[in-house]
Amino acid sequence: MTPENALPKEHYLNHGYGWKSWLLTTDHKRIAWLYLVSITLMFFLGGFAAFLIRLQLLTPQGEILRNDTYNKMFTMHGVVMIFFFLIPSIPATLGNFLVPLMVGAKDLAFPKINLISWYIFIIGALYVLWIILSGGLETGWTFYTPYSTSYSTSNVTAATLGVFVLGFSSILTGLNFIVTIHKMRAPGMTWFRMPLLLWALYATSLIQILATPVLAITMVLVAVERFAGVGIFDPALGGDPILYQHMFWFYSHPAVYIMILPGMGVISEVISCFARKRVFGYKFVAVSSLMIAVFGFLVWGHHMYVSGMSPYAGMTFSLISYLVAVPSAVKTFNWTATLYKGSVSYDTPMLYVLGFLGLFMVGGLTGLFLASMGLDQHLHDTYFVIAHFHFIMVGGAVMAYFAGIHFWWPKMTGRMYPEAWGRLSAMILFIGFILTFFPQFILGYMGMPRRYSVYVPEFQTLNVLSTAGSTILAVGYVMPLVYMLWSLKYGEIAPANPWRAKGLEWEATGPIPAWDNFPVTPTVTEDAYNYPQRPVAEIERERAAGRAEGRMPELASGD
Amino acid sequence: MIFVPQLFPEQASTGAVWIDYFYFFMLALCGGVGLTVTVFITLFAVKYRRRYDDEIPPESHESKWLEWGWTIFPFVAFVPVFFFSTAVYFKNATPPANAMEIYVTGRQWMWKFQHLDGQREINTLHVPVGKPIKLVMSSEDVIHSFFVPAFRIHMDVVPKKTTTTWFEATKAGEYHLFCSQYCGTEHANMIGTVYVMEPADYEKWLAQASFGGMALRGQNLFNKLACNSCHTGDAQARAPYLSNIYGKTIQTDAGEWVTVDENYIRESIYKPNAKIAAGYAGIMPTYEGQLSEEELQTLIVYLKAIGSGVQQAPPISNPQGVQPQPAGKNPDGTLPFKPDSAKPGTAGTEPAKQPEPAKPAPGQPAPTNPAPAKTGK
Repeated sequence: MTPENALPKEHYLNHGYGWKSWLLTTDHKRIAWLYLVSITLMFFLGGFAAFLIRLQLLTPQGEILRNDTYNKMFTMHGVVMIFFFLIPSIPATLGNFLVPLMVGAKDLAFPKINLISWYIFIIGALYVLWIILSGGLETGWTFYTPYSTSYSTSNVTAATLGVFVLGFSSILTGLNFIVTIHKMRAPGMTWFRMPLLLWALYATSLIQILATPVLAITMVLVAVERFAGVGIFDPALGGDPILYQHMFWFYSHPAVYIMILPGMGVISEVISCFARKRVFGYKFVAVSSLMIAVFGFLVWGHHMYVSGMSPYAGMTFSLISYLVAVPSAVKTFNWTATLYKGSVSYDTPMLYVLGFLGLFMVGGLTGLFLASMGLDQHLHDTYFVIAHFHFIMVGGAVMAYFAGIHFWWPKMTGRMYPEAWGRLSAMILFIGFILTFFPQFILGYMGMPRRYSVYVPEFQTLNVLSTAGSTILAVGYVMPLVYMLWSLKYGEIAPANPWRAKGLEWEATGPIPAWDNFPVTPTVTEDAYNYPQRPVAEIERERAAGRAEGRMPELASGD
Repeated sequence: MIFVPQLFPEQASTGAVWIDYFYFFMLALCGGVGLTVTVFITLFAVKYRRRYDDEIPPESHESKWLEWGWTIFPFVAFVPVFFFSTAVYFKNATPPANAMEIYVTGRQWMWKFQHLDGQREINTLHVPVGKPIKLVMSSEDVIHSFFVPAFRIHMDVVPKKTTTTWFEATKAGEYHLFCSQYCGTEHANMIGTVYVMEPADYEKWLAQASFGGMALRGQNLFNKLACNSCHTGDAQARAPYLSNIYGKTIQTDAGEWVTVDENYIRESIYKPNAKIAAGYAGIMPTYEGQLSEEELQTLIVYLKAIGSGVQQAPPISNPQGVQPQPAGKNPDGTLPFKPDSAKPGTAGTEPAKQPEPAKPAPGQPAPTNPAPAKTGK
């Protein structure tokens, strides 16, 4: 392997300069960067709110925030992290960057719609920032009625409109991915030759398109009830507050799969590369993504066991909630088996994957506790739920996002991040995470309710542990921000395929993709993750020869 | 400050026992599965670590048998787990028939309780040990949730709707009561204390209060609102007679069958034209906005009382209605829990020997009431 010492003369990052070349770009790779910058800002905004929450909970009386300020903080944390970070995180950054590269296309199917979706996102984000600055929002990210429609004095109407607008960004991204995956795959790339990230993003896009409109309708109804006094959800006006919960969770439960499914896709990519093995049970892993998307639509009622809903409806939702855990279990077993007889290295992305496996498993298994009607009567709306959710979303989705960002960073920037710092921060994150969120499981079973700004003294010790963990976690999040920014200018120039990974994005684009991705449309002749069973040097020689003759290198076949 | 964290909540109700059993079962099951997978991941990651840069692992051999095995295994394993969990839920779902009712109102940001005997409390709840307690709950404003960790019970308290839950305390003591559904600024302060008392102490506590019984307050209100000018029970009555109607299934003018329960009574008072009893005209005015949630609860208790054999009150002319009675006397004969002796009221109200002008003896028709006429069926 001979790493190139300089980047190619012309690539997508230096194709044009000036703000217009970025803000009016239709290049999927540049739009990915626009998203990356925006959601990173939102992540640190939401993280700041979380940090204040943890500081407040250091003492039972809560020394630093007034109650209504605390309520605004957890609302801001939830709204920003869910709608402005987790939902767009992997699809809009890595997905935007990788979907055309992985299918072997020059761009997404609708490049202009892709840009519009970012503008919609930014309008929504600025709008929400304005709401926060002009008095805040304190309904919780769930906007439960009739509190949100008739009692809250904060900016609910504005916030619902913000969420409504934002939904279109999500829908348009999903639409773009579905059309691209259906229509723009390179010759030879059959459905079952697609990388598993594409399967995961395809399933995610289906949910985005089908579920987001329901959220939009719900938000409009909340706004209508609030400013026009039409009775929809408030029983004082003749509405039904439980109806709101059905409509809200019909979107918001599938939405948690919007957040975690792309992460699962990233894990499949990274684990196969760092074990140098085909993903074990490829078809099962691929189809399980679709199963999750389908069954995910049928379980929303498990958020409502104690809402006054019929217990027989609850039974049905409970049973299906157990079933929806099966595809996730199948994925976990297959990832484990992928490591078997592999060649496992411990580079930063792989450390994140190992962290993901452990934390996601805890998150998934505790989900079974909550899916059971018997236990949920006790655990509902306690810190057990908070811990479960954060194990899946932070331990799962965010770990996967970090794995993905580190993994594809060389391809996105042409430079390597500093490996030692990467490994260190991955381990700091893991330790900080466990210390922050594990005590919350115990707090939950002890009975500490969520959204409490003050609490009874016997919960203090565990809360102190959790706050201590959150400071470690904060260090773990700031470190990558610093060294990634540093590496943009000072990072080592990356070779074309530093991990010796498989897939069109590594094998057919050169060190950093050109403006139009592929000089020649690639042809796919093998399955995904067809890691070589012969010496790498030999393959490299063949490729170099291919490049010298000016033709696209044949993709190495596996034998 | 506590330095050793408590890791397990107090267990103080009959229902808590099974929930804890199920919790430990799940910890063992999920812990076992999780630990096994973690051991495999660690083992593989260490044993098959990359030893030199150009290492090429051998080809993988996929096993259909293994693949289908671990797909089907969780399906099969989840079935008993589901049945166990659902059984725990249903075991705890239905209150025993002899449960004592307490009426609960949630509002921003306090808990209010009315005992059938007449006591009212705010943010404290006194109950006897070893007696099933059924909580009949509703909210005056937003959704709250009634959560007592030591009893492992949890139920949303919803505006304009009645929800119920129950518990049987097993240990005397003081337990936290939390609102667990976010309800606004002071959500975190919407907490109270449940005092579980030995029966003797509880009787002492009961006897201290001196309001009239809850059903009596309901009857008072029933008369004050002149409900019995239409619900008279004679042949020309413009509305159904309400004795013996609670718990029955009646037919509406739309031909549907409805059971007369708490939510139907609530609906009939607030939205009288929603489900009209067959054979009557929809002439009743709505009382929406005129009754507080607690007043409505007293009406429900009254209708329940006259639903169990006690005759409906005749119209009375006394504008003051029924005089308050000392607690503990169980004047309506409706309480499942009957203290043998009750001290007379101490708060300076009427003595115990008040006559009961509006309360005919059970089973004995009042002079102004003919035999029960049509009940809307």
